[in-house]
Amino acid sequence: MNRTNRILPVYTGDVSGACSALYELGGMVVIHDPSGCNSTYNTHDETRWYDQDSLIFITGLVERDAILGNDNKLIDDVVDAALELHPRFIALCNSPIPFITGTDFTAICKIIERRTGIPTFYVRTNGMHDYTVGAGRALVEVAERFVNGDGDTTVPHTLNILGATPLDFFQKDAVAGLYDFAHGAGFDVVSCWSMGNGLDELGRAAQASVNLVVSSVGLPVAKALRRRFGTPFVVGTPVGGFMNELAAALCYSEESRTDSWPCRDARVSSADGSCCVVGEPVAAGSYAAALERESGVPVRVICPLEAPQELRVSGDLWVDGEEEVERALAEASFVLADALYAPVCPPSARLEPLPHLAFSGRNCYGQLSSEHAHA
Amino acid sequence: MLKRLGPSVVSAAETDDAPLFPSKLEFNPPAHGVWNIVHIGMLVPEAHQIYVCAINCMRGVVLTAAEMGASDRFSCVVLKEEDITRGTVEEITLAGIVDVLRKLETRGGLPPCAMVFPVCTHHFLGVSMSRVYRELEREFPGIDFVRGFMDPVMKRRLSPDQRLRAVMYDPLSPCNATEKLVACLGSDFALDADCELRDVLRRGGYGFVELQDCDTYQEFKGLARAETLVATYSNARYGISKLAKRLKRRYLYLPSTFSYEEIEAQYHALHEALDIPLPEFKEEIARCEDALESLRKELGNVPIAIDMSVHPRPLGLARLLIEHGMRVAEVYMDGVNSEEETDLGWLNEHAPDLQISSIVLPELRIASRQRSYDVLAVGQKAAWFTGTSHFVNMVEGGGLWGFAGIRAMARLMQEAWETEKDARDLVPRKGWGCVSCF
Repeated sequence: MNRTNRILPVYTGDVSGACSALYELGGMVVIHDPSGCNSTYNTHDETRWYDQDSLIFITGLVERDAILGNDNKLIDDVVDAALELHPRFIALCNSPIPFITGTDFTAICKIIERRTGIPTFYVRTNGMHDYTVGAGRALVEVAERFVNGDGDTTVPHTLNILGATPLDFFQKDAVAGLYDFAHGAGFDVVSCWSMGNGLDELGRAAQASVNLVVSSVGLPVAKALRRRFGTPFVVGTPVGGFMNELAAALCYSEESRTDSWPCRDARVSSADGSCCVVGEPVAAGSYAAALERESGVPVRVICPLEAPQELRVSGDLWVDGEEEVERALAEASFVLADALYAPVCPPSARLEPLPHLAFSGRNCYGQLSSEHAHA
Repeated sequence: MLKRLGPSVVSAAETDDAPLFPSKLEFNPPAHGVWNIVHIGMLVPEAHQIYVCAINCMRGVVLTAAEMGASDRFSCVVLKEEDITRGTVEEITLAGIVDVLRKLETRGGLPPCAMVFPVCTHHFLGVSMSRVYRELEREFPGIDFVRGFMDPVMKRRLSPDQRLRAVMYDPLSPCNATEKLVACLGSDFALDADCELRDVLRRGGYGFVELQDCDTYQEFKGLARAETLVATYSNARYGISKLAKRLKRRYLYLPSTFSYEEIEAQYHALHEALDIPLPEFKEEIARCEDALESLRKELGNVPIAIDMSVHPRPLGLARLLIEHGMRVAEVYMDGVNSEEETDLGWLNEHAPDLQISSIVLPELRIASRQRSYDVLAVGQKAAWFTGTSHFVNMVEGGGLWGFAGIRAMARLMQEAWETEKDARDLVPRKGWGCVSCF
């Protein structure tokens, strides 16, 4: 049964994904959820919570207000907090109970925006999807509302990094590494979605001549920016021996104005599944390509997340739940995955840790060498 | 009546009105030592926890188990959107739990106890958990099914924490009592090793056992033999009194307190119920006074901040310290425990400048956490809010009790003032006292 996990954790959910994507943008994110649900996000999914303030709150929804449809409390509380704290925008996130009761978030956002004068939008979540979905939707909302320009004034050899959140890039030098890669490829970085930059930098994203999608979180916003400004995008995470191809793809896409999917197209998947990478598919595909370059052995990507099928090569497996992961790994002799996958790897397989915050949460700190641990 | 000092701060003199603060948006400080229902459930040896919920809700509990190295005692059933839209939540719940147990059976055997935790969604969709448990008990007659809940939306008289401290003892069956055996149940922590209660009971010829002494499920079930059940933690009051009633046992509620009079009254209650010798109160109090005087001399005029997560009686502690000449400046709390109304009244009269601050209101997220002076914090949240490295790192009373508990608190405060701690490292750790992946 693919709904049960005997021993594996679940990935970060869509609500936490949305919060993570919007964390540094100066807005106020409100999760319509009961008191007690807030610690899940800030304990396990948010590495910045202790050191960096961000206006992320829950409403403390109670049974009576949910059943009787007392949306006024939600509206009043959000308006009060916004008028006190002056966020750049307000984002509302849904959760299982308001999803069941059919709370009309779009209408509520309009009311709040009218009362506060602050841009207010709904990030379509319900707690039942993966972080890739929630974070992706949140960034699309930002792209639609806050990025200006006409696409005709792009600056050559510049790019936006799309899909960088601590959920996929939690090591302390991860974002710096993305910048280093961009500079090494001959590109200046206009904005990084969304770590280390605020709303103003993201608002200038239309200036970039190409977009670099470093995780599947960034794919929806890449498509939105392509639609709005015609900016081509390149999909891949700069890792190991794959970086040269990724850099070449950036130059090609900037020149040709076409999209490139090197994390998919620069590799073949393993037919027998003896070598596997498990995880978020853009990073996993990039690692697979790098491993293939190094070893000459095809590598299968196993994606346990809700992510677009267009990232998949024939032979890759998109799986749902612990049972399917275990089955997909049955023939593996080498596995690159978060260490918490160990219980479902064959005993004879070699598991190389690929720590992933969105999977093992703070347990992934122990998988890092000390110089790479998050600050 | 004194002034309101800010939307999230009141003076002690202004706390006649309950609740202390209005219900608004909430944030969660990054101090995570307080136990959650996963930690509490893990106290039952060999029990296996099964949660049934959406992934966003699941994440906190499944990683709690992982962080404490107990993933092998935790499984989950993931609810998806289509279960809600198609109305199959009840079927998935049942089938999922059966599936988990079958998998456990083939990989090492069934657990003797399965703690099942449905969620808010089950209430809202009218899932018949009675039917689910009926089917499970028919399918797995050798397993004790504990009926947990993780339903924070249901703001009722009892919290999920309080209800778990009741249902986790449901597997204890009525049996003949063992004479002169006292069981202390319901707390997360065993009583402090120095607690004089053990000696007093021993001198009275009584055996003493706690949940934390149990290494096997059979030993846990054996707790039912205790002739007298004692609860020392306020959140366990409902559960242990209910258990005592069901097992027909003598029940005593003896909460940890910072009041000499209350401790004396508790010993008199024990004396009356169990005919134990009374401790030498004068001697015990004199030792407490020495410890408090030593602390006072050490601290001088240092401001002290206390939070409600460190002990169920933060106001009682504030009162004790003020009565002994120390300067308690702030208490962080969002509600007053009914057991503390007397202490609140005393503070109202004698310490009107004491600031009582919310822990969760939105404006506190951006409030300055730096002080230009040194603060001694008692509790993790107070440490975070005041930005100090001098803090008592403890939660939920930490097993302190009686006169020895007062002395232990004085000692912990003195140690905290003398030796700095790394709050950034310590307070985000989940489940104080548990194994941690950090």
